[in-house]
Amino acid sequence: MTEYPGTTGLILNEPLLWEKGKQGRSGFSLPRRDVAPQPLSETLAGDGPDFPQLSEVDVVRHYTRLSQWNFGVDTGMYPLGSCTMKYNPKTNERQAAQPGLARAHPMLDDDLCQGSLLLMYDLERFLVEITGMDAATLQPAAGAHGELAGMLIFYAYHKSRNAPRSKIIVPDTAHGTNPASAALCGYRPVPIKSSDQGVLTPEAVAAVMDEQTAGIMVTNPNTLGLFEENIRKIADIVHAKGGLVYGDGANMNAIMGIVHMGQIGIDVLHLNLHKTFSTPHGGGGPGAGPVCVLKHLEPFLPVPRVIKENGRYRLSEDFEYSIGRLHAFYGNVGVLVKAYSYILSMGAENLKKASQLAVLNANYIKERLKDTFHLAYDRPCMHECVFSDKLQQPYKVTTLDIVKRLMDYGFHPPTIYFPLVVPGALMIEPTETEAKEDIDLFIESLKSIAAEARDNPELLHAAPTGCRRKRLDETTAARKPILTG
Amino acid sequence: MKDVSELSFPDDFRYAESHEWARAEGDTVKVGISDYAQDQLGDIVFVELPETGESFDKGTEFGTVESVKAVSELYMPVGGEIVAVNSALEDAPEQVNNNPFSEGWMIEVKPQDTSELDALMDKEAYLTSLKG
Repeated sequence: MTEYPGTTGLILNEPLLWEKGKQGRSGFSLPRRDVAPQPLSETLAGDGPDFPQLSEVDVVRHYTRLSQWNFGVDTGMYPLGSCTMKYNPKTNERQAAQPGLARAHPMLDDDLCQGSLLLMYDLERFLVEITGMDAATLQPAAGAHGELAGMLIFYAYHKSRNAPRSKIIVPDTAHGTNPASAALCGYRPVPIKSSDQGVLTPEAVAAVMDEQTAGIMVTNPNTLGLFEENIRKIADIVHAKGGLVYGDGANMNAIMGIVHMGQIGIDVLHLNLHKTFSTPHGGGGPGAGPVCVLKHLEPFLPVPRVIKENGRYRLSEDFEYSIGRLHAFYGNVGVLVKAYSYILSMGAENLKKASQLAVLNANYIKERLKDTFHLAYDRPCMHECVFSDKLQQPYKVTTLDIVKRLMDYGFHPPTIYFPLVVPGALMIEPTETEAKEDIDLFIESLKSIAAEARDNPELLHAAPTGCRRKRLDETTAARKPILTG
Repeated sequence: MKDVSELSFPDDFRYAESHEWARAEGDTVKVGISDYAQDQLGDIVFVELPETGESFDKGTEFGTVESVKAVSELYMPVGGEIVAVNSALEDAPEQVNNNPFSEGWMIEVKPQDTSELDALMDKEAYLTSLKG
């Protein structure tokens, strides 16, 4: 019999820290007082904060137990589509913790942090080389922040030509943050539909592209896990009307070292270091969303920029057309160190191989499950594949029930109900991390769940049953949220 | 989710392709979303509606509805001025799930062109489109 990772171990209860505290307990010994007591001014007195009194072991057990209720990529397979939950190698943490990097104060003189500056300068060059772009900024703190930077660059570019524009084309297969980023920058997003093949057609873009449109935001590979194969033609249509092409690079894990983004017509591209380049996310962040541009947009990159003069590095704000500063100091530098560590550990050939394996894993899952679950678009996919609950509907079983049951089998659920173009979507991204044995177990779990859906749907409606918290009432949580402790 | 045969649609309502319903009440038109739409969306947790006095053309967005699955736009089945909104949905968005055609109504419109109402689908045509 197949042995799945999910089992029922002993799970320990743990109350809130406030319920655990007892008067007089302490986890810290204050040093002996060596000054005379002084009365406190009445104006400074008041009720202290409501902190529980706890011993050290109380606190350690509390957080250890909570961590055991949790599930992360260090625990098991985490196939959350669109999120690239690949393993975060521990060497990254080790490098980022090196005192020379970890303790460098952001206000140090350039002369005293040449190492950090070199690292940032080189990381920019690596990202530019991996993507086929010309220049980069490391400042944006997340993917959507990178999108906003990209839109500000679009705006600055059109303004510099004395021809400001008002609209941005956003396809229905783009990431959900794209229209919001465009709108935040004052552009009106113009939605367009993908074809029955799940990709954009040049005709759909040509129908709306005009001289009031600043450009298009394309997620490639798109949120259906499909490569936008018409991208070059689409870019030509947009460029012919004076527009720019933004590439949402959140799905770059499928195409590292394989697709030259500059040559397929992308003018601005953001990367998610916390996805493609193995830095932690999903509670372990923060993120980093560097933006790469082609030469003609380099003058607009945010400041400060790292420059190299006579073998020395320094930060410079001296860029007349820059969109300005996007982040305090120079972005989330600790995250940059981890991505730099990853890129150097892997090397060019292995980065490419990681992408190839990520795509192979997704296609393997797609082929082995397409008779069990309805496959939204039956064609070769990139790094993720999208199923739906269509075949399970006769049993009154939904996508939510299926993935809740998957938790009992010991896997993190895939992304659900996204992308919106597929009703009841079940979006699986295995990444290159998983070995074939683990992927096979995942596939067997989903096949077993499909059989349960037919024979015993109540099992799915009640799932998860093996977790510390059972089926949560998400509706009441959303309608009547309690936001205080 | 339910099969189309398990959903109910009143006879005297008109329906838009984007699943809003519209019903004439004197010289105004009440608007909500159909039983099919609420069933597809799942449990609705928030409804964002316009201010009274605002005007929208037919087919333009007048608000959004948020469910546990997604946020969806609401489109005007007929153009006109908003004369009333169902503010009870602020505290009880579940009315859209429970009674989509009565307590779950969303806006009341003073139509600019009453022929727009006639151009919407009747129950039979709407059911055919759902089964299609």
